[in-house]
Amino acid sequence: MSKRHKGWLRPAALAALLIALAFAAASCGGDDDEGDAAGTTTEAKASTAIAGLGTTLDEIKQMAREEGRVSLVQWAGYAQLTKEFTQETGCAVSTKDGTTSDDMISLIGTGEYDGVSASGNASVRLMERGDVAPVNTDLIPNYADVQEGIKNKDYNSKDGQPYGAPHGRGPNLLAWRTDAVTPAPDSWGVIWDTSTPYKGKISIYDDSIFIADAALYLKATKPELGIDNPYQLNEEQFQASIDLLKGLAPNVGEWWADYAKQIQSFANKDVVIGTTWPYQVNTLTADKKPVKGIKPTEGTTGWSDTWMIYSKAKHPNCMYLWMNHMISPAAQAAVAESFGEAPVNLKACALTKNKNHCDEFHASDESWWSDVYYWTTPTADCGGEGGTCKTQEDWVNAWTEIRG
Amino acid sequence: MTSAEYAKPPPRESLGRRLSTFFYRHPWVGLAVLLAAPLGWLLAGYLGSLFVLLLASLWDTNPFTSEVVHDYTLDNFRRLFEEEVYREVAWRTIKMAAFVTIADAVLAFPIAYYMARVASPRMRNLLVVAVLMPLWVSYLIKAYAWRTILSDSGVVNWMLEPFGLSFDGYSSIGLWLVFTYLWLPFMILPVYAGLERIPHSMFEASADLGGRSLRTFVRVTLPLAFPAVVAGSIFTFSLTLGDYIAPDLITSQQFIGTVIYDQRGTNLPVAAAFTLVPIGVMIVYLLVARRLKAFEAL
Repeated sequence: MSKRHKGWLRPAALAALLIALAFAAASCGGDDDEGDAAGTTTEAKASTAIAGLGTTLDEIKQMAREEGRVSLVQWAGYAQLTKEFTQETGCAVSTKDGTTSDDMISLIGTGEYDGVSASGNASVRLMERGDVAPVNTDLIPNYADVQEGIKNKDYNSKDGQPYGAPHGRGPNLLAWRTDAVTPAPDSWGVIWDTSTPYKGKISIYDDSIFIADAALYLKATKPELGIDNPYQLNEEQFQASIDLLKGLAPNVGEWWADYAKQIQSFANKDVVIGTTWPYQVNTLTADKKPVKGIKPTEGTTGWSDTWMIYSKAKHPNCMYLWMNHMISPAAQAAVAESFGEAPVNLKACALTKNKNHCDEFHASDESWWSDVYYWTTPTADCGGEGGTCKTQEDWVNAWTEIRG
Repeated sequence: MTSAEYAKPPPRESLGRRLSTFFYRHPWVGLAVLLAAPLGWLLAGYLGSLFVLLLASLWDTNPFTSEVVHDYTLDNFRRLFEEEVYREVAWRTIKMAAFVTIADAVLAFPIAYYMARVASPRMRNLLVVAVLMPLWVSYLIKAYAWRTILSDSGVVNWMLEPFGLSFDGYSSIGLWLVFTYLWLPFMILPVYAGLERIPHSMFEASADLGGRSLRTFVRVTLPLAFPAVVAGSIFTFSLTLGDYIAPDLITSQQFIGTVIYDQRGTNLPVAAAFTLVPIGVMIVYLLVARRLKAFEAL
């Protein structure tokens, strides 16, 4: 009986499978009615309400005790005084280090985390995607102490609503080993020079946002290109930056995204000069390695980070208490010193071990920050300035090409 | 017996009995039920997710938020073909996989031969344990250990220093060394099994026919062990093709795995499209391996 039936069974089964697959493909696709397009929200202001979030401060504190934990995506070393926080609020803290802003956006997208310390090139996209919710600043008592100049910027607010608790800001530094690099550099040129004496010993941040550093150098050295904002580049400026980076690529010894890898490379002298965060300089200096970092004459890129809450956070009450904790003077002093950045709550300045920390890091010197360009996301409309600029997608594609 | 007793139907059998009879009469139903769970996992979990991945390669992304948009487009494949970097990366990875496979085959064969044909049973057991031990250590620990060994102030350069030589460990050659080390057990074990399977009578016959040791090795042992080498090469080749952690730690060059990993957050459709390259390469590789009878040697 079976032999006679086999003839039509296999093609029929195959056809049925193909039809099922095609049907699945069609139903998975083309749902552009869902309005994923950027910036076209027809609703009024986004709500600060999150499922499970209390409505008063006391309610939040009580529900936080029941929640018992908070999980965060952070830049390495950002979470401070976690034991004190847990004792006070009953929320255990678990952290995950992100390597780049793109990495952080992926992590938040998994839904496993309650919040993120987002830089400008992540925060804007997260706000646009609806992955983070605006915050009710009445429920964050320490928010009142944050410097006015950091509140309601375009990287931490949308439509006039604040989207998180500012964390701190800092510059990307040019760092070098003082026992291998002489004379001490004061300009980014030492890296961009294609005949650099440090060929093969240069350490560069492995993310498309570094294109802005190339644009920044061109802003100083090729003013005829007319670069103003290194994150909003037209075709000509973009190509010039790409070409500059392609000239740098063969000289790069290490493309770093994992800060621990870079620390190890500097310590072993596998690299002697490169771009880094103050955190690595601090760690290496504490380890008695001769490393120095500066903001060069052309200025630098930097970041102004904000703690944001995931719109579907599983532990929203703990997250609100965490945001309040990180802008408290004690935590601000701790992270500012250990990471090497400027706090946003100036009450922290009295609590730092180094009494001159705030001055050294220019916490209230706005003029110093005028040539620090915080990370942000490139947009096609040049940030509203007019003209056509390259998009985030263009930057990422170009980066693959530059890396070879 | 009265007619009433004849009219009584026989007592109903128990459920278990009835089920057992049913499966006996329809054996294919029993087979289907047994296979349903593992096949279900394979189809839904594994093939299903592969299918969604391939679908994703046809989708688009929002250029600003990097979110995946479910509109169908062939742009991702157009980009893979047009931009040279993807071809270079793919070719570089295939070359690395080939070199790693050759190195592993050359290194594994003597070890496997010793284990299969020369070593005493006690020594053989010790060697099997020794070969398997690295597999108990976490991949990351091995990769980071190699990173330390290959660094400019690491063991390799320390050994070369008295001779005035230096070795840039963080290069393709360094990565080739790391891959060769990582996948060696996967090559040794199939070759060992293949060599062990050769009946002793083959060697006796060869000797009877006048073959000395080298001739026997070249004309008898190698051809008989070749399918096992191909079987082992499937592992070394495919594992190198897809790896993204070791290249990231050892070199600054891009490989298929690192490109896919870098693009997964910001341009998932392009990453998904690029995964079709190693899938295609492995399909061809497996078809060739099947012809070389490697599947019987696994």
